[in-house]
Amino acid sequence: MNDKVRKPSAEPLLWEMGARGRLAFSLPERDVPEHPLDPALAGEGPDFPDLSEPEIVRHYTRLSQWNMAVDTTMYPLGSCTMKYNPKTNDRQAALPGIAGAHPLLPPPLSQGLLRLMFELEQFLAAITGLPAVTLQPAAGAQGELTGMLIFHAYHGDQGRRRTKILIPDTAHGTNPASATLCGFTAVAVPSGPDGILEPEAVARRMDADTAGIMVTNPNTLGLFESHIREVADIVHAKGGLVYADGANMNAVMGQVDMGAMGVDVLHLNLHKTFSTPHGGGGPGAGPVCVSAALAPYLPVPRVVLTADGFTWSDDFPRTIGRLHAFYGNFGILVRAYSYILSLGADLTRISPLAVLNANYIRAGLRNHYHLPYDRPCMHECVFSDKHQQAHKVTALDIAKRLIDFGFHPPTIYFPLVVPGALMIEPTETETKETLDRFIAAMQAIAAEAVEDPERLRQAPLHAHRRRLDEVQAARKPCLTG
Amino acid sequence: MKDIEELQFPDDVRYSKDHEWARPEGDLFVVGISDYAQDQLGDIVFVELPETGRELQQNEEFGSVESVKAVSELFAPLAGTVMEVNGALDDAPEKVNQEPYSDGWMMKIKPADKADFEALMDRDAYLAMLKG
Repeated sequence: MNDKVRKPSAEPLLWEMGARGRLAFSLPERDVPEHPLDPALAGEGPDFPDLSEPEIVRHYTRLSQWNMAVDTTMYPLGSCTMKYNPKTNDRQAALPGIAGAHPLLPPPLSQGLLRLMFELEQFLAAITGLPAVTLQPAAGAQGELTGMLIFHAYHGDQGRRRTKILIPDTAHGTNPASATLCGFTAVAVPSGPDGILEPEAVARRMDADTAGIMVTNPNTLGLFESHIREVADIVHAKGGLVYADGANMNAVMGQVDMGAMGVDVLHLNLHKTFSTPHGGGGPGAGPVCVSAALAPYLPVPRVVLTADGFTWSDDFPRTIGRLHAFYGNFGILVRAYSYILSLGADLTRISPLAVLNANYIRAGLRNHYHLPYDRPCMHECVFSDKHQQAHKVTALDIAKRLIDFGFHPPTIYFPLVVPGALMIEPTETETKETLDRFIAAMQAIAAEAVEDPERLRQAPLHAHRRRLDEVQAARKPCLTG
Repeated sequence: MKDIEELQFPDDVRYSKDHEWARPEGDLFVVGISDYAQDQLGDIVFVELPETGRELQQNEEFGSVESVKAVSELFAPLAGTVMEVNGALDDAPEKVNQEPYSDGWMMKIKPADKADFEALMDRDAYLAMLKG
């Protein structure tokens, strides 16, 4: 019997299961006459596995049970804001009138949906202090590209093409990529010794050929850019614009007025700050908020309110154009709208709790892990593996060992300015009890690094899969079934 | 990850502060990254090298290496013209990890000024910087 016992960690591939001719789906009866197919269009069919419905359901259910998700454990993946996604959001998005709406319905038959988008824009404007909003961009990086296209269009209207963008070394990696995609040359600005931007470093690089600066505030070290207003004034004085990457908005939501901080363009990640599902490349949303002066450049079509109700308008001659088929990832917009309305005034309590949780972890681990910038952090804290390197234990080993303790690993080797970085973002979701368990696990791992480093190098010991061969996966990726 | 004592630092090459090395070969200089650099990067999965004929300034970015950790830029240890690149790294980037000073070489450049080479660090100076 023993050889028939399936090891809990063995799961066959779909192609290793099933039998020829087995089906999980019955095609509906044909209601059109049969018609011969042009033989030129026919050929070998694709190699689909032949499976029954229960085989498929069990396969994916088993795999899902091996997974780590925000519904099963704390997920402190720094820079990603993996907060809990409230189930009420999904209930609202699944309402038949919303889930079944066709994107080609004319505006008179879509008043509720248009109102939702119009109001969500107003909510985001109120939250950020920037008065005009587009919901079209599908993700943060597309929001950045939107911002760069707006920079380009604005400077074109000023009669001067500008070719450079300043980007601090603590920015998100997508910032220089978005600027480069738009044709700008990214100019790196080194952060100062305390991990934040120094106004003089910006002033030395800002000139009449520079379109502006892209800042992430708080930055990727989890530190607030306390000179941001001065930096913005330097950039504005030379005719430039200020872009803020709102990926770290969970640190300051409802606490700062981005307009007053001197920001001209900001993107938000609804799939981070506003609790919509996130990860695995699923749909995101990266709305862009701009100052009144830049509102004419926003993508079209835009939702407008007329005497006859809500409708679409393309009548914005200075627009940068369209960025997405239809109007963005609408189902995600519904979830963010639901999150904002269900929290109401409590929305302003989110960031203080997220910041408190990160500082609680920072304080709990500062005697066990090296803190490259030892000052109060915002919504995430960055440690390094410097102390553990003496025992030849790396950030990767620590992250893998955390899986054995039942936690999703933090972000590692980012930000790049910290060698061996461990970037921990607990979000406001976690209770003190969970944070204490996480801190205890990290402390236990730090002790193991001294006493039994080999155990860490072998981790995870108790997961369904041990160390995956990341090198082989990157060098020779297998992209088919 | 290794201790500095376990890494190789041959004395027939000179080193830059960005952890590239250069070795004279006829009128040209062969360029690669040091054993320390490859050890820090971890397993390398892709090496991006310049076009031959490209003119490089000293310390100019000439390509990048992608490891399982991150993408890192490569900086030219001396100014000159790219005469040849190591195409074998396209299919076997692991050579940089295995043989950083021989099969893992990256490019050969014709120097603009051979004095650039003399200004690079010798083995002892590079080791002193690493231990700094």
